[in-house]
Amino acid sequence: MIRYTLKRLTSLFISLAVASMLIFFVIEVAPGDPASFMLGINAQPDTVAALRAELGLDVPKFQRYLVWVQGMLTGDFGMSYTYRTPVSQMIADRMWVSLPLALYALTLSTIIAFPAGMYAAARRGRAGDIGVMGATQLGVAIPNFWFAMMLVLIFAIKLRWFSAGGFAGWDKGLDAVMWSLTLPAISLALPQAAILARVMRSALLDVMNEDYMRTARAKGLTTTQTLWKHGLRNALIPVLTIIGLQFSFLLAGGIIIEQVFYLPGLGRLVFQAISARDLIVVESVVMLLVFAVIVVNFAVDLAYAAVDPRLRART
Amino acid sequence: MSLLEIKNLSLSIMGTPILKNVSLTVNTGEIVAVTGESGSGKSLTALATMGLLPKGSTTTGAIQLNGQDLLTTSETDLCKIRGNDIGMVFQEPMTALNPVQTIGAQVAETIRIHGTMRKSDAMMRAAEVLTRVGLPQDKFPLSRYPHELSGGQRQRVVIAMAIALRPKLLIADEPTTALDVTTQAQILDLLADLARDYDMGLLMITHDLAVVSDMADKIVVMRLGEVVEQGETKSLLSNMRHEYTKMLFAASGHQVKLPEIPPSDALLSVRNVVRDYKTPRKTVFGSTGTFRALKCVSFEIRRGERLGLVGESGCGKSTLTRAILGLEGVQDGQITLDGDPVFMGKKPNLAVRRKMQVVFQDPYGSFNPRHKVTRLITEPFHLLETQPTPDERTLLIAEALTAVGMHPSDADKYIHEFSGGQRQRIAIARALIIKPDLIVFDEAVSALDVSVRAQILDLLVDLSAQYNLTYLFISHDLSVVRTITDRVLVMQHGQIVEQGVTEQVFTAPNHPYTQELIAAAPVLPDLEHLKA
Amino acid sequence: MNRNLIIGLILSGIAIFAALVSFIWTPFDHVLLNIPEKLQTPNGTHWFGTDHFGRDIFSMIMVGARTSIAVAFVAVGIGMGLGIPLGLWAAARKGSFIDELIMRANDLIFAFPSLVIAILITAIFGAGAVNAIIAIGIFNIPVFARVVRGAAMPIWEREFILAARVAGKNATRISIEHILPNVMNLLIVQATIQFSLGILAEAALSYVGLGAQPPTPSWGRMLADAQTLVSIAPHLALIPGFAIIITVMGLNLMGDGLRDYLNPRLRVART
Repeated sequence: MIRYTLKRLTSLFISLAVASMLIFFVIEVAPGDPASFMLGINAQPDTVAALRAELGLDVPKFQRYLVWVQGMLTGDFGMSYTYRTPVSQMIADRMWVSLPLALYALTLSTIIAFPAGMYAAARRGRAGDIGVMGATQLGVAIPNFWFAMMLVLIFAIKLRWFSAGGFAGWDKGLDAVMWSLTLPAISLALPQAAILARVMRSALLDVMNEDYMRTARAKGLTTTQTLWKHGLRNALIPVLTIIGLQFSFLLAGGIIIEQVFYLPGLGRLVFQAISARDLIVVESVVMLLVFAVIVVNFAVDLAYAAVDPRLRART
Repeated sequence: MSLLEIKNLSLSIMGTPILKNVSLTVNTGEIVAVTGESGSGKSLTALATMGLLPKGSTTTGAIQLNGQDLLTTSETDLCKIRGNDIGMVFQEPMTALNPVQTIGAQVAETIRIHGTMRKSDAMMRAAEVLTRVGLPQDKFPLSRYPHELSGGQRQRVVIAMAIALRPKLLIADEPTTALDVTTQAQILDLLADLARDYDMGLLMITHDLAVVSDMADKIVVMRLGEVVEQGETKSLLSNMRHEYTKMLFAASGHQVKLPEIPPSDALLSVRNVVRDYKTPRKTVFGSTGTFRALKCVSFEIRRGERLGLVGESGCGKSTLTRAILGLEGVQDGQITLDGDPVFMGKKPNLAVRRKMQVVFQDPYGSFNPRHKVTRLITEPFHLLETQPTPDERTLLIAEALTAVGMHPSDADKYIHEFSGGQRQRIAIARALIIKPDLIVFDEAVSALDVSVRAQILDLLVDLSAQYNLTYLFISHDLSVVRTITDRVLVMQHGQIVEQGVTEQVFTAPNHPYTQELIAAAPVLPDLEHLKA
Repeated sequence: MNRNLIIGLILSGIAIFAALVSFIWTPFDHVLLNIPEKLQTPNGTHWFGTDHFGRDIFSMIMVGARTSIAVAFVAVGIGMGLGIPLGLWAAARKGSFIDELIMRANDLIFAFPSLVIAILITAIFGAGAVNAIIAIGIFNIPVFARVVRGAAMPIWEREFILAARVAGKNATRISIEHILPNVMNLLIVQATIQFSLGILAEAALSYVGLGAQPPTPSWGRMLADAQTLVSIAPHLALIPGFAIIITVMGLNLMGDGLRDYLNPRLRVART
């Protein structure tokens, strides 16, 4: 287990290093150099020179990369050019909207998908299965931001149960936050739940054909007992992969959903930064998102090992 | 009253009739073997008894366990009977256990599901049962996972699960088919012992007639869903009434007469061959280990000679085959054909490779399902320096197909239109088409039913006479190797432990391992002797 | 032919048909502003109504289908064109350094969801349909590489591959002659699914302004325009939404149907 963890940890660090290089050098290829790009074509030469100095562009690239990475490791993401505030401060505020949203959505998606997938698998070919599968077919086809608009239309504008957008703020308490994140989380979670339910169902159906399920039946377990005691844990292996992938979709999807609900999260920050050509903010937000995805996938790898003893032994 | 009484059992799945009026009985303490070729319905008879038939099955007749008809018993009650009154052992030990649960938990589950025993008590019982089936706690603690055990050890765990509650009836469905011959002997002994100790009825499903005649009290012969003959082992063997039974036993012990070969020069020579494989790193930054699959292997095949190679799984047979065929390089030593090395530098030597062909085990996996027979059997043409003209091709295809007893018009069909035996003939045609000097038969008859196997062996003898074949026949089946080869090599742990004239090695083996192998292999009784 | 396949073909056929017809005919000019007739609900003249500039929504949907399909189609092409060879290569050299490299690179791309790639590209090169295609296309590469590698590896273990090697064929040739035809069914099904995901991704990117730019009509941008008007003119949001759902569902059903039609035991990654 330690060996496995170490191996995954090594690949985690390699991924982070390569990803940060990629992002850094993509930003570097901006037309002209980042300073003139950020200031636009009409900028005065001395303003550009000042910004170049501020961004440290006169030092060699590789050295700048190291400074950037070192900064991030110590929590210093640099200064936003447009807002004149530390990027780390801006990101920290927005994180407290985006991250809870993604987690809320992931929880919802799992809570909906697990029972739905298990129910469909247990009633394979019968009306219940066909109903659930039909619903998931629709679920995967609905764009989440459109679904969000419909939720706003029905529950905020017509029924007035929720506010149409905006964020209550953490100072109003947890329930207020949850209330303002509920519609966004539902609109993010349902399409993902549809995918997850399908994966859960097919993983369970695959497992049901395994020899050890028949062995369990030969011991005298009922179909349901077999499914619970032997099927579920084995089916969890493919399901975990999808949950890991979904987290990255939820984070990214959150960026779009934030637009619909006017939530002050990372998504709004990044779009403001794009229109203000504030590359430093864009770079930092992208790195943060990628960091989150890589770390979650590392956690999923560890979860694999917890589920499957073969993995613990092999590597 | 018999323990198990199957009366006129008929079964159809999705409307297709599978079993027709099957009747048989198993008494307490009795071993009954059901045998037959694939498609005989023997396994489904076992599953019907367990009440574990696939969806869409309809049955008529009766299956009585101590007078209770299992076909009319409710699912809830069947769950109480399974594992408690009837235990079952399956064919594939590698997949029959849940990979994510410890063996202790899996054995204890049988005990807990049928009673109110506490978990710790059930675990103690599980430890006792595992010890009884030959997995003592000091070596195989309850906390082991299935992937940490070998096939034979896993089969012991499956048996432990089946007998944990001392059922009255134990059903074993091809319990040793997936195992090596020495392991098979141990598992069969264990099953027979348990049946005697616990006074269980044992219903054994197997295609292996040698196993059947060795251990069964009663034999039931099935064919296409029907029982063709049944009776006490001794009387059935000495007085077979049905043609099919006679054919089955005759095909099982099928002997062929190889044409004599004049002594000749060496064709293939294998000298001091060493093959190492890398094993995974033990630590993240540690170095990779090595596993030596072939340890200084040397032998040669003379032109016209039929050489056998026997050994159990993991002995290095496959590695050796790959090395001879030039599919993989070797670390040390040399393999030459007609004096030319099969592997030069980092690349296989094409000049040598066109003199060799191979026939594989699996008649279903050895053809690309998307190509027609023409394209499949002409694949070796790729090796030729000059491609035959279209007319020559047609002629060569027709010749090869005719030689293996197929029709030239079969060339335009897809492989799925053929049976297993026909596919193996086509595989031989593919090997013959470029008239190689050496053919390697890699377990080429192991996956076939006995009657088909006998036909393919006959075909090999015909082809030997016709084409003066030289071949290397690799098999785990000693009885086949004995009749189809002139000389034999015995391999263990990557080494050739014994070699010699086939008949001599079999009648007077020198090496202890050869002796063990031959002793473990079940043999058909001498039927003539029984009749006398 | 099964039911899924037929329904799928019909539904996705509608979108493709609309896109093709839009080249030669639309009921109105889709960019023509007609303020007096703005915000009409569906009626005899404007079958799907008009938007806040009085443009004919039916015409915009037809031309928008063109954008969606073109973006998704090219993005799938990029994914297949690069992903399939990489996957075949990795499978042929299973366990080697090259395999490890390809698979790790794949994992890395998975860490950049297409939206994040789009954000990066847009921040530097500006928004546009081409950049949307690149962003979606890059994300498709590891999907195909993984599916091909996963399907090819068990085939490499089959005996007919050994037979081909005994016949002296090299890995490239075996990959093309034996592996590719045997994973083709799987690829067709996966391509259908990636196509539908591409349409969803294009809509999302256009919605946030990273995709097709005005005046090119796009379903996603129509939804963005509709957002502020949704309470007074819900049809502005409903109609493009239904267009997306019908097309995507059609493609998904077609994928499921094809899978059952070509081979019931195919495994497809749906993520």
